[in-house]
Amino acid sequence: MTGIAGPIARELRGPTAPLMREWTRFSPRQRLARYTVWLAIVAALVWSVRSIEIIPEFLWDAPEQMADLLVRMWPPDLRYYPDAVHAALIETIHIATLGTILSFGMAVPLALLASRVITPFAVLNGFAQLLLVASRSVNTLVWALVFVAVFGPGAAAGVMAVAFRSIGFVGKLLAEALDETASGPVEALRAAGAPWGSVVLKGYWPQVQPAFWGIALFRWDINVRESAVLGLVGAGGIGVVLDDALNFFQWDKAATVLLAIFAVVIVAEIFVTRVRARLI
Amino acid sequence: MSGAEAARRAFAPNWQGRAALAALAIYSVYAASQLDIGLERIWHGFSEAGAFLGRMVPPNFTRWQLLLDGMLESLQIAFISSAVGIVLSLPIALLAARNLMPWWVSAPARAFIGFCRSLHYVIVAILFVKAIGFGVLAGICALVVASIGFISKLFAEAIEEISPKQVEAVRATGAGFAAVLLYGVLPQVASRFVGFCIYQIDSNLRNSTMVGIVGAGGIGGTLFAAFKRFDYDFVAAILLVIIALIFAAELVATRVRAALR
Amino acid sequence: MTGHTGAALEIRGLSKAYVAGKPVLHGIDLEVEGQGITAVIGPSGTGKSTLIRCINRLVEPSAGEIRLHGQDLARLRGRSLRLARRRIGMVFQEYNLVERLTVMENVLSGRLGYVPLWRAWLRRYPSEDVARAFTLLDAVGLPEHATRRADALSGGQRQRVGIARALMQEPELLLADEPTSSLDPKTSVEIMELIATLCSEAGIPVIVNIHNVALARRFARRIVGMAGGRIVFDGPPEALEDSHLVDIYGGEEWL
Repeated sequence: MTGIAGPIARELRGPTAPLMREWTRFSPRQRLARYTVWLAIVAALVWSVRSIEIIPEFLWDAPEQMADLLVRMWPPDLRYYPDAVHAALIETIHIATLGTILSFGMAVPLALLASRVITPFAVLNGFAQLLLVASRSVNTLVWALVFVAVFGPGAAAGVMAVAFRSIGFVGKLLAEALDETASGPVEALRAAGAPWGSVVLKGYWPQVQPAFWGIALFRWDINVRESAVLGLVGAGGIGVVLDDALNFFQWDKAATVLLAIFAVVIVAEIFVTRVRARLI
Repeated sequence: MSGAEAARRAFAPNWQGRAALAALAIYSVYAASQLDIGLERIWHGFSEAGAFLGRMVPPNFTRWQLLLDGMLESLQIAFISSAVGIVLSLPIALLAARNLMPWWVSAPARAFIGFCRSLHYVIVAILFVKAIGFGVLAGICALVVASIGFISKLFAEAIEEISPKQVEAVRATGAGFAAVLLYGVLPQVASRFVGFCIYQIDSNLRNSTMVGIVGAGGIGGTLFAAFKRFDYDFVAAILLVIIALIFAAELVATRVRAALR
Repeated sequence: MTGHTGAALEIRGLSKAYVAGKPVLHGIDLEVEGQGITAVIGPSGTGKSTLIRCINRLVEPSAGEIRLHGQDLARLRGRSLRLARRRIGMVFQEYNLVERLTVMENVLSGRLGYVPLWRAWLRRYPSEDVARAFTLLDAVGLPEHATRRADALSGGQRQRVGIARALMQEPELLLADEPTSSLDPKTSVEIMELIATLCSEAGIPVIVNIHNVALARRFARRIVGMAGGRIVFDGPPEALEDSHLVDIYGGEEWL
């Protein structure tokens, strides 16, 4: 250790420095708040664990059972693909794409109504927002159940489910993009005497165009994943094949379906990333 | 140069864009015909919808005990899966961050995260149901997988974006790896981690009401059964309660996020 | 410690090449005595920063020896490297405070090489460490800022915290990498003054990279001029003449 000298050093060396001050990371109030939050979390967890019905034997057994399932599934039998899987896979992509397109048809007017800068009527804004929130707070699967009840089982219900769930998502993001546009170009057009339609088309549209395509790609990607499960409630697509395979214990067929879903999800993600890079 | 004058145009017409729009329109018609969706079918469907809605009102809460049990079970699934998912996500994300770990650690961790993300939580729930039987355990496992996929991915990305200078300074004091994590890395990403966790808890609450459709516990099973028995007034009651829960969760999440800022 | 010549730091044949075949440092030899400020000057990209970072191994040297009181730092690994690092304080150009931690936590992070992990985690530092941190905050002129977050401070204040953090390590050597380059001229002088006073009181030798030749002349006991990865001048400030500056920086119109 090097020699420390001087007034500061002298103070540093003292056994108990004369100016011993307290330092704690949090003030008492902060600490109380933190303890309260942690207590709430722990209480919620304790309640959950105590009242939930888990059979311990099942829990200890789970890894073994999981391994057993994987062994039964391996290897996937790809011979099922051409006859049983391919058509359903294409149907799934159709459901996702058509659902996305349809949702835009309904979401764009709602977004225009919901945006404060486009529609300067608070009542209309609120009404559009309410519809958007309603669409968002119902899960795609629930929408699918509803449309299966209305249309009967099949892809039509799937398309409607995807579309109705997407309206809220697309509409919200689009309205936000509209609200964030710069007012300068719009003012310039208004000053030039442009009618409402032209202002929207030439003032707002160029500004939100990148966001628009970004949202479309983003939602399509999500919809591809979601439409793979719609078949479980009878709304068409590859989920139907998966459900049948599992119900008839055709593990190698189920594995083929899972592999196909896996592949489509990855291809969709790569496609979206590529297109987004080109558009932006 | 009068020839050039005539050739000058104010706008280059966007042929590519127009072609893409036309292709999209043609595709829509083709896909609709493939899926056997015609106008009259839609029309017929929407006229059915009136009758369907008519059978939903008034919502029927007479079986409230069943409804309450299902909702509580969903809540429990959401709490437990969030807790387990968050606890597991933290180390997995640290392992997956390419600026902290050598590639032979981060690559497998990233592959694992990608695997967790690739399948929809309902599909994962079916697989767990088939492997370990009907019930909440399957639902919890499925949502744990989903939580790991979401939180670890975003958290690993957040760690990769931290300022290396602050880490370097802590390293220069002679701190060990764990101390560097505690002082150089975690303070930079802690608030974002909490944000991701809140988002995922919110998602888990929503999703825990759905896993029951495939038999993995919670209100979803009750909902699916009511649909199959055409008990649409009970369906309406369940949906109202689920939507109320989602609204409440979103309200809490917004307030917590505001408090953290 | 045995077998050294009395200098605190001895560098022998230190080379560094980030890309093989394109060395940034060409066999540097340098001895630094037990006290006073040694200023390293030279144009940007000449390897000053690399030289300093090789000493505490933030940069891995390609060849050569770096002896701190006789111990070769260039060979250390793992735990012994950490133990060596905590003997060397470092002050950075952009302060490199952990922005989201408080001033006190930043200063105490200078003890991370000493305290066990659980203490660091729970912020339960030994009371003499906390007392020392307060003393250092007084010494750098920030007595009231202990509980503020580092990102709420001005540049000069942050650098003061950076100095306090480095001294918190009770270092045997202080490295300063362009400590004033991000500061205004008045604050730069104050910061150099602070480094000079505190380190001479504690008897800690300082190696400082600096762009500002006037500041180097004013505070350093010794100036080392580098150009093209080699030492081209080594002597007291009085000996540094315009002809040397031409050797170091090239050209002469700027003089």
